[in-house]
Amino acid sequence: MSLDNAEVEHLASLVRIGLTNHEIETLRDQLSQILEQFDVLRELDTTSVIPTGHAGNLESVMRDDLPGECLTIEEVVSNAPRTEGDLIRVKAVLEE
Amino acid sequence: MAELWQLTIHEAHQSLAQREISSVDLTRACLDRIGQVEERVKAFVTVTEAVAMPQAEAADQRIAAGNATPLTGIPVQIKDLMCTKGIRTTCASWMLENYVPVYDATAVSKLLGAGAVLLGKGNMDEFGMGSSCENSAFFPTSNPWDLARVSGGSSGGASASVASGEVAYALGSDTGGSIRQPSSLCGVVGLKPTYGLVSRYGLIAYASSLDQIGPITQDVTDSAQVLNAITGHDPKDSTSLTQQTKDYTQALTGDITGLRLGVPEEYFVEGMQAGVRDAVQKAIADLESLGATIVPVSLPTTKYALACYYIIAPSECSANLARYDGVKYGYSYQDTDNVLEAMEQTRQRGFGMEVKRRIMLGTYALSSGYYDAYYLKAQQVRTLIREDFTRVFQEVDALVTPTSPVVAFPQGEKINDPVQMYLIDVCTLPINIAGLPAISVPCGFSQGMPVGMQLIGPHLSEATLLRVAHSYEQATEWHKARPKL
Repeated sequence: MSLDNAEVEHLASLVRIGLTNHEIETLRDQLSQILEQFDVLRELDTTSVIPTGHAGNLESVMRDDLPGECLTIEEVVSNAPRTEGDLIRVKAVLEE
Repeated sequence: MAELWQLTIHEAHQSLAQREISSVDLTRACLDRIGQVEERVKAFVTVTEAVAMPQAEAADQRIAAGNATPLTGIPVQIKDLMCTKGIRTTCASWMLENYVPVYDATAVSKLLGAGAVLLGKGNMDEFGMGSSCENSAFFPTSNPWDLARVSGGSSGGASASVASGEVAYALGSDTGGSIRQPSSLCGVVGLKPTYGLVSRYGLIAYASSLDQIGPITQDVTDSAQVLNAITGHDPKDSTSLTQQTKDYTQALTGDITGLRLGVPEEYFVEGMQAGVRDAVQKAIADLESLGATIVPVSLPTTKYALACYYIIAPSECSANLARYDGVKYGYSYQDTDNVLEAMEQTRQRGFGMEVKRRIMLGTYALSSGYYDAYYLKAQQVRTLIREDFTRVFQEVDALVTPTSPVVAFPQGEKINDPVQMYLIDVCTLPINIAGLPAISVPCGFSQGMPVGMQLIGPHLSEATLLRVAHSYEQATEWHKARPKL
């Protein structure tokens, strides 16, 4: 499986990562090379094998919905790049 | 008597309890040691002297009051992806360079509750992604045995700080080998517990179904002591196991008579260094002479683990790292009014190349059209790998393998070749895929560099692994070797 520049650019736009032309080319080659390593999995017949999502024997964990201690608003916004009062300021999402 | 900074946890505890030394003395000795060697080793992102000294004073009072734990007053380094309240936690990334958590990770608060002295935050590959500590956005950590070589990764700062005597022990995290491989490369003991045994609350996520916190220590007794302190159910981590905590030091009986230890041929891989093979083979012979029965076994799915891991881990990482958008916390590019451009620039400038590579790889594997061929397939192969281990653990109590097929390699050698770098973790990845516990202990030298032996057991077999590792340690001297710096 090998990728071309357009596919790398599409991927980059999906994950919201800006890339330089040089990075696009490097990633194209490296990702193609890594994907090639995955071909080995085709040797295995996995028809009717149940997929494992987690290593433990997980069950859904529920708890009662009770009020408890939580962070203060000041703490929650303390690392935000831009704030206004108690709020986190963001750039306009909708155009006028 | 040894220098104070050379003491293990159990040695320091004894001296502290008998009031031969104080925690302030011990902490000062480690800070002095950091002053001597840190410029060359570079194991710390942040040294927290101002936090440590008051903690040491409080520890001395606690010891005087007679309610010390085995960890009270003893200096620790915490890998810089575990949240520490009020102390910046960077994940060795520009993205979190100035991030100051408002809460402690559960493992950290357990250590602090036990009276540990926090000496600083450990360097690492950015977000835990790497095998050499060269992917730190800030600087690489050198191997204390040879400063031109890598410390291993991703917990390279943790293993190098312990090996060079800057701290008595460290907490690392292991997603595909990130505790065991750097421990092996630096000649110290690294334990990756069963998935879910130690809470992941406050551990900044890389691949949530694989990540696990564990101790990096100078010997096996210390490993058991730290494990005692950090295990236990945590309602804040929905994957945290619910069984009772226990005293792992009780497993250190020195007797492994009758234990059945499997040696999987697939772990003695092509490309493995002869010196590593020889050291591990000798260690296996030593275990046999200590009374264990050695059984050749086969784990035929081993060769698929690397591909399986490099689909699952990047897929999970692509979701976990979507949160870094420059809005709520972390680096934020402000020089535009366009929201999309701001996000793209934030992530372009905030993330290093390996992180970008894995986010894109994971997104590719999860994208429509490729999901069945990659992500679903990898999850099915994950089932087969787990079943392979379940089968051999019906025959044997634990497995013995090399931790890494090679000793620490020169810095720069593999950093531009991701496929070669990924291959380094071939012996450690399958264990995370199956959620098993494993420990790496020093078992010799090759090219003047430490070699590690890995012991792997079924779920929740930490006591057995510690027993075997301790028994081996009692019969050998490798764990006592320290680099000259």
